[in-house]
Amino acid sequence: MLSDKDRIFTNLYGFESPFLDAAKKRGDWDGTKDIMARGQDSIIDEMKESGLRGRGGAGFPTGLKWSFMPKESDGRPSYLVVNADEGEPGTCKDREIMRHDPHKLIEGCLIAGFAMRAIAAYIYIRGEFVHEAKVLEQAIEEAYAQGLLGKNACGSGYEFDVYVHRGAGAYICGEETALIESLEGKKGQPRLKPPFPANVGVFGCPTTVNNVESIAVVPTILRRGGAWFAGLGRENNTGTKLFCISGHVNKPCNVEEEMGIPLKELIEKHAGGVRGGWDNLLAIIPGGSSVHLIPKSVCDEVLMDFDSLRAEGTGLGTAAVIVMDKSTDIVRAITRLSAFYKHESCGQCTPCREGTGWMWRVMERLTTGEAEIEEIDTLLEVTKQIEGHTICALGDAAAWPIQGLMRHFRPEVERRILEYKKTHAA
Amino acid sequence: MPTLTIDGIEVEVEPGTTVLQAAEQAGIEIPRFCYHERLSIAGNCRMCLVEVSPGPPKPAASCALPAGDGMEVKTNTEKVKKFREGVMEFLLINHPLDCPVCDQGGECDLQDQSVAYGEGASRYKEKRRIVEEKYMGPLIRTIMTRCIHCTRCVRFADEVAGVPSLGAIGRGENMQITTYKEQAFASELSGNVVDLCPVGALTSKPYTFKARPWELKNTETIDVHDALGSNIRIDSRGRAVMRALPRIHEEVNEEWISDKTRHAVDGLAKNRLDRPYVKKDGKLQQATWAKAFEVIAKKLKGLDGKQIAGIVGDLCDAESMYAMNTLLKSLGGSVECRQDGSKIGAKHRSGYLFNSGVTGIDEADACLLIGSNPRLESPVLNARLRQRWLTRQCKVANVGPEVDITYKIEQLGDSATILQDILDGKNEFAEVLKSAEKPMLILGQGALNRDDSLVILKLAHDIAEKYGLVTDEWNGFNVLHTAASRVAALDMGLVTDAGIEGILSGAESGDIKVVYNLGADEFDTSRLKKAFVIYQGSHGDEGVRHADVVLPGVAYTEKPATYLNTEGRVQTAQRAIFGPGEAREDWTIFRALSEVLGQSLPFDNIAELRASMANDYPQFAIIDQKPNAEWADFGVAGKVSKDGFKLAITDFYGTNPIARSSETMDECRAAMNGTNQSEGATGTDG
Repeated sequence: MLSDKDRIFTNLYGFESPFLDAAKKRGDWDGTKDIMARGQDSIIDEMKESGLRGRGGAGFPTGLKWSFMPKESDGRPSYLVVNADEGEPGTCKDREIMRHDPHKLIEGCLIAGFAMRAIAAYIYIRGEFVHEAKVLEQAIEEAYAQGLLGKNACGSGYEFDVYVHRGAGAYICGEETALIESLEGKKGQPRLKPPFPANVGVFGCPTTVNNVESIAVVPTILRRGGAWFAGLGRENNTGTKLFCISGHVNKPCNVEEEMGIPLKELIEKHAGGVRGGWDNLLAIIPGGSSVHLIPKSVCDEVLMDFDSLRAEGTGLGTAAVIVMDKSTDIVRAITRLSAFYKHESCGQCTPCREGTGWMWRVMERLTTGEAEIEEIDTLLEVTKQIEGHTICALGDAAAWPIQGLMRHFRPEVERRILEYKKTHAA
Repeated sequence: MPTLTIDGIEVEVEPGTTVLQAAEQAGIEIPRFCYHERLSIAGNCRMCLVEVSPGPPKPAASCALPAGDGMEVKTNTEKVKKFREGVMEFLLINHPLDCPVCDQGGECDLQDQSVAYGEGASRYKEKRRIVEEKYMGPLIRTIMTRCIHCTRCVRFADEVAGVPSLGAIGRGENMQITTYKEQAFASELSGNVVDLCPVGALTSKPYTFKARPWELKNTETIDVHDALGSNIRIDSRGRAVMRALPRIHEEVNEEWISDKTRHAVDGLAKNRLDRPYVKKDGKLQQATWAKAFEVIAKKLKGLDGKQIAGIVGDLCDAESMYAMNTLLKSLGGSVECRQDGSKIGAKHRSGYLFNSGVTGIDEADACLLIGSNPRLESPVLNARLRQRWLTRQCKVANVGPEVDITYKIEQLGDSATILQDILDGKNEFAEVLKSAEKPMLILGQGALNRDDSLVILKLAHDIAEKYGLVTDEWNGFNVLHTAASRVAALDMGLVTDAGIEGILSGAESGDIKVVYNLGADEFDTSRLKKAFVIYQGSHGDEGVRHADVVLPGVAYTEKPATYLNTEGRVQTAQRAIFGPGEAREDWTIFRALSEVLGQSLPFDNIAELRASMANDYPQFAIIDQKPNAEWADFGVAGKVSKDGFKLAITDFYGTNPIARSSETMDECRAAMNGTNQSEGATGTDG
C-alpha cells in the first residue's frame, strides 16, 4: 500500500484550496526554474528513467513520446496539447485533478512544454466540466499574475502560454487526432496516421498530446527523481496511479495507489469492499468501459497494472474499476456500453459507423433472449470485422466489451435465448 | 525510389506513392470507394484494406499508406478477401438496395464492387436506416439513404470547387451529408459531385429516370460553352441528347466540366430552327431551301463586295467559318468574329492565345488577372488555378472589379492605370512578378472590349517582357477567351478594320447592304434593321429577330467539327445525333449556297474541306497539341483611361443561345440568385 509520503496528489479530495497559495504549500511550483535549468534533454532522460507510461489508457512511455518532438524547429512552432476530455465511462480522475489540484497540471504543462520545445499548451477540457474549467482558468490566471507563465515563465527566460479550450461533449474528441481536429475548429474525427501528431499535429505543427494525469505527475517526478518513481510499482509498470472505483462497492472513490496493487486489495482497502462481500462479486471491468470484463475468478488474483491485466486478456486502460455484483444483469450492462459506442462513433469510417449500430441492436435482442444461438457467433464475427479495421481505436473499444462478455458469460446469454424460446413457444 | 512487392510482383515507385497507386502500377486492382485521384485522401471507406509486412498485424488502408522500400503487400489472400467482404457487408446493411429504381444502376461502384468482392448475402436482420433527402440545388437530386459516407462530394466542394458548403452533420450511424442550411450547392462545378458519388445518393436531377446507361450511345466530343474546349462524352438515345459527361484530358479539363457544359444540353431540344424561313410581308414564313437560296441570290446579285459583311458567333466550328469565309471572300466581302466588340488583333498568334497552356497554371508562381473573372469565364480553368493557389506557391492578384473566385486574391484595384503602375514598378505586385520564376498574366475579355484595349494589350505585352513572363522556355502571356470559336476565327483572320461597330454603323448608314450572320446572337441586332440579314444558326434567339432569311444549321452535338480552344489546341468533335428537321451541317449550307451563287466552293466533303483548311492554315492539322506561338510585338502605345473594367460574363447560365434555351440553366440562375432556395416552397414566399 502506498505510504502517504509517496503520494503525488495530496489534495485529491479537496480538503484544501486548489489555488496558488495552498498549492505552493503542498510543494507545487517549488524550484520550477531549477528543473528547467537542467535542460530539455536531461528532463526527457529523467522522464524515461521514471518509466512513466501514459495515463490516458494506451500506456505509451511518456518520455519516449516527448523525444519524438523535433529538437530544432523547421520554422513551425511546437505545441503541447493536454487531453482533458475525460469521457471514458467509469473514469473521473482528471476531473479531480483539475478541480482540486490544477497547479500540478499547469506546472506540468510548463515543464513538459519546455522539454519538448513547445511554445504553448492547449488544455482541451471536456465541455461538461464547467466548474473544473473555471477553476483551471482561475489557476492559470494566478500563475500568469505571479509570472509563473507567460514571458520569462518562472524566471527561466522561457516564454510559455497555457490556453484552456472547452470541448462540446463528444467522446471521440478524447482520441488524440480527433481532439486536434476539434481544437482546430473542425468536426471531431480522427485523422489518418501517419503523419503522427509529432510531425503534423495541431494547426499543422509538431504536437504531443498527453493525458492530464501524465502531465500532472511530471513536476513531482522531476523534483523527487525518476528513480523514486521507478522504485514504486513493478518493473515496466512503475509509479503511482489514480484509480477510480465505482459500481457495487460500499464506498466508491478515487484513490492514488501504487501500480501493481492487487485488485482485491484495492477494493477492500479503499472502496470498503464489494457490496455484500467479495463472494457476491460477479465481474469487474478494470480499466474503463473499453476493456474486456473479468469474472470474479480472475479478480481474485490479478494485479492492477498494464502488463498483468494484459496477460488476462484485458487492460489497465484509465484504471477505472467498474465493479458489478451478482445483482447485475451483465448482458444488459454490456448492451448499455454498446449503445454508448453506437452513440459516440464519429461516423467517419465504415466498420465502426455501421457496425456499432448493428452490434447494439443484436445486443438489445440478446438481453431479452429474442435471438438465435447462432447469432452469438455472428455477433462475434462482426466484432472481429470491426476490430483493427478502423482509423482509430473506437471500433476496437466497441468490440471488446462484447468479446469479453461472450468469453466469460456465454452460457448466460445462451440460457436467455433458450428461455425466451421456451416462454414464447406457443 | 522505394521498391516493394505486391502479390509477388516487384514494383519500383516514385517516393510518396501510396500502396494503392503502386498496386495500380503493378496492374493489381484494389477496390475503393472514398479514394479519388484528384481529391485528398480520406481513408474512411476501409474497402482498400490489405496485408502489409513489416508492420503491425492490423490490416492497412492502402490508399493512405505510403509505399516503403522492402514492403511486402498482399491483396489476394484469404484474409484480405475477408476484409473486403466485411466492409461490403457493413456498407450494404444500411443501403436500401433499391437498384431497380436507382438512376445509378448500371454505373454504380457499389453494385459493381458488391458483385466482385461481396459475399452475396447479408446476416443483418435489424431495421435499415432511412435518411431524409436534402436540397442541394436544381442539379443534384439526393437520395441520402443510399449514401455510404465516402465524403468525396465534401472533399470536392472544399478542395476543387472552393465552395465549402457541403459537409457532414451528426455522428456515428446518424452522420448525414448535407449542404449548409440546405441551400443550393452554389458552385459552377456542382454537377461533378454526381460523377464522384460512387452510389446513387447524388444523382443528376434533370436526368432523373430519363435513361439507363446501357440504352445510350456514347459519343466522345468537345464542349463549346466556353473556350476551354473541355473533353466531353455525349450520351444520346435516338435523336435526343440525354446528358453530357466529362472525359479525362489531363491537359485541358482533367475530369471536371462546368454545370453549363453538363446541363445546358436540354437547350438543344428547344427553340430549334428546323426549317428555312424567308421574311414575307414583314413576317418570317416557312420556306424551302431552294426558295431561301433564291431570295439570297437575288439580293446578292450585283452588290459590291464592300456591301457584304459576315459575322460569326461564339459557338461556330472551324469548318463552317472556313466555308463561310471562302464564300464571302469570293464575293468580295469580309467576315468579323468579334461580335462582343473585342479589339484583339489577328496578326500575332501569341497575342491572343493562352500561351502557357492550361498546364502552365500548374507551374506558375505568380498570376495577374486583368479584367477577367475566370470563375464565370471558365470554371474548370479557375479550379485549376485554385489548386495551384492552394499549394501556396502561386500568388494571384486581380486588376478589375472585385469578384469572388472562390479563393483569396490580392485586389489591386479596378482601373486600367494600375497596369501602367505595374509596368513602371510603382505597384507592389511588380516585385512579385519580377521575383517569380514562372509568372503569368491572364487577360480577360473584359480588358479587350474597351476603346483603349489596344493600349491595355500593349501594357500587358510590356509587363510580360519586362518581368520575365516570356522567356525561351516559358510564355506566361495568356488571353482567356470566352467564345469557343474565337481562336480558330482569329487564326483565319476573320477580323475587319472597323470591327463589329463598323458593320453595325455601316448597316445603319446603308453602306452595308447584306449581313450574313452565322450564329452570332450576343449583340443588339436591331441595328441591322436596314440591311438584308441572313441568319444561319441552330436556335431562334437574338439573331433571328431582324433576319430576312433564316437558314437552319445544327448545334455542336450534331456535326463533326474542329475547335481551337483558348490555348490554340486543335480538337475534333464528333456527331452524336442528327439535327432536327431540315437543319443541315453549316459548311454544307455554304457549299450548297455557293452553287446557287455560281461560286462553287472547292470541296465536296468534310475531308476535302479539312485538307483545304489545313493547306491554308497548317496549324489546324496538328491535333491536340498546345502550340508554341512565336512572341511578337502587339498592341498600341498610349495612355489608358482610368475607367474600371466591364467583365465579359455576368450571367454565367445564359451566355449563348443553347444555354438561354435551357430550362435547367434558368433554374440554376434562380437558385444562384437565391430566389429558389428550397423545393419545399410554400407559395407564401413570393
